[in-house]
Amino acid sequence: MRTTVPIIIAFLSGLVMVLAFFFNPEKSTIGRFEPEVLSWVTIVGGFTLLLGVVSIVRVNYGAVQRRSPNWGYKLATVISVFVMALPAMLPTRWSPLFGTGPGSIYDWLFNYVDAPMMSTMFAMLAFYIASAAFRAFRARNAEATLLLVTATLVMLWRVPMGEALLQNIHHDLPGLINTYIMGGANMAVQRGIIIGAALGAAAMSLRIMLGIERTYMGH
Amino acid sequence: MTKTALARTTLLLVILAVSFSSWATAQTEAASAFRSERINALVLVVVFSTVILIYTRWARLGKKLFIRKINGLDEVEEAVGRATEMGRAVLFIPGIQEIDNIQTIAGISILGRVARITARYETPLRVPVPYPMVLAAGQEVVEQAYIAEGKADSYNKDIVRYVAGEQFAFTATVNGMMMRERPATNIYMGAFYAESLLLAETGNAAGSIQIAGTAEAAQLPFFIAACDYTLMGEELYAASAYLSHEPLLLGGLKGQDWIKVVLVTAIVVGVALVSLGWGDWYISIFQSV
Repeated sequence: MRTTVPIIIAFLSGLVMVLAFFFNPEKSTIGRFEPEVLSWVTIVGGFTLLLGVVSIVRVNYGAVQRRSPNWGYKLATVISVFVMALPAMLPTRWSPLFGTGPGSIYDWLFNYVDAPMMSTMFAMLAFYIASAAFRAFRARNAEATLLLVTATLVMLWRVPMGEALLQNIHHDLPGLINTYIMGGANMAVQRGIIIGAALGAAAMSLRIMLGIERTYMGH
Repeated sequence: MTKTALARTTLLLVILAVSFSSWATAQTEAASAFRSERINALVLVVVFSTVILIYTRWARLGKKLFIRKINGLDEVEEAVGRATEMGRAVLFIPGIQEIDNIQTIAGISILGRVARITARYETPLRVPVPYPMVLAAGQEVVEQAYIAEGKADSYNKDIVRYVAGEQFAFTATVNGMMMRERPATNIYMGAFYAESLLLAETGNAAGSIQIAGTAEAAQLPFFIAACDYTLMGEELYAASAYLSHEPLLLGGLKGQDWIKVVLVTAIVVGVALVSLGWGDWYISIFQSV
């Protein structure tokens, strides 16, 4: 029962989604199923949010109680969860600080704490790219040297000053990089990977729909 | 069934599918509920499904199927063994997407295999997830793995934990875990975006062995630069079948390879026809809306 029912649900849901792709949503019932099923995914996701809150509180509050190393950070996490969530859930008629609208506590925390912290994390990517590129572009052998030369040319081509420099060497060099490296070798490899991945995804979906693949249920 | 018989069956199926498509187009023009412009996709779905089912049937009948070696997956057990020897944890991240993303499902499937190995060796396992639905699925898979290995007592609900729903909040939390706990092995399997390099470089700095797998083509160079092994595209979806060694699952992989041969042939024929200036009708077959 624990296996059969999920397999039947997976089969029917998958079948509906596949059939819906081939039918017009305005003119057929099956075509209208797709947005309906996706709405249900959102609804179920909303209910499971409580699981996430329980998990985050249990893990972090437990660490605070045990005074495990770095418990201060865990306490900050638990406090942040409630400081962000509780005012957002309270009705706006009680106070303009509640809810999620402009001027609310949630809005202020999002704009002035959450968003800058996320931007900071994203901005740090530049330094990580530099360190990864330094390691990847070391000319240890013929292939790595080829990668180094190609990457240097592409990086130069991507910035106006580099493009001007390349044009000084040969007026058509930026165009050749675009045609043969980015539009040729790079594009061919990317498409090969994408086609393979799409086939893999389709094959896995089929295995799940037919109940052949049950590993996602722990079997 | 021999390969010739398979080729004949496929040819027959293609003829049947094309005939059906012509019939369906005629029937549905009046009703117009059926999207006849997508008939080529339907033909491909029918042929693809049939080939996969034929190979699965072969596997069920006990036919030996050769699957090429995937180094990254062969190293999973060794990497967990290293963590066991060092007395450190294995960190597994099943991507940063919801459970409705097929890459996340592939990641969860691989998690089940990895959890069986960590349960066997009694190696600590950490699985931070960004969505509650992934949390529920991950907990179920890990629990089943521990039960299957006879280590139900070692299972702890907090092995799989929800950390944050925001992309970079999740990244910051996991990077913090990597630097504080210094896991011996990091395994990234699923859909990753801008955070891929932030995670993999931090793991590299922490001195962990790293195995990654994603179907996001744009993130592959980052994983290749920062990880010891990387599964590219379709290898991610093949991983659960490869690790399980179950003939039924391996049969699906063989079918997928056969379709790839068909598609490569179609591309070569298309390139030849277009180069000769006779390709317009051929392109129209493959165009879809």
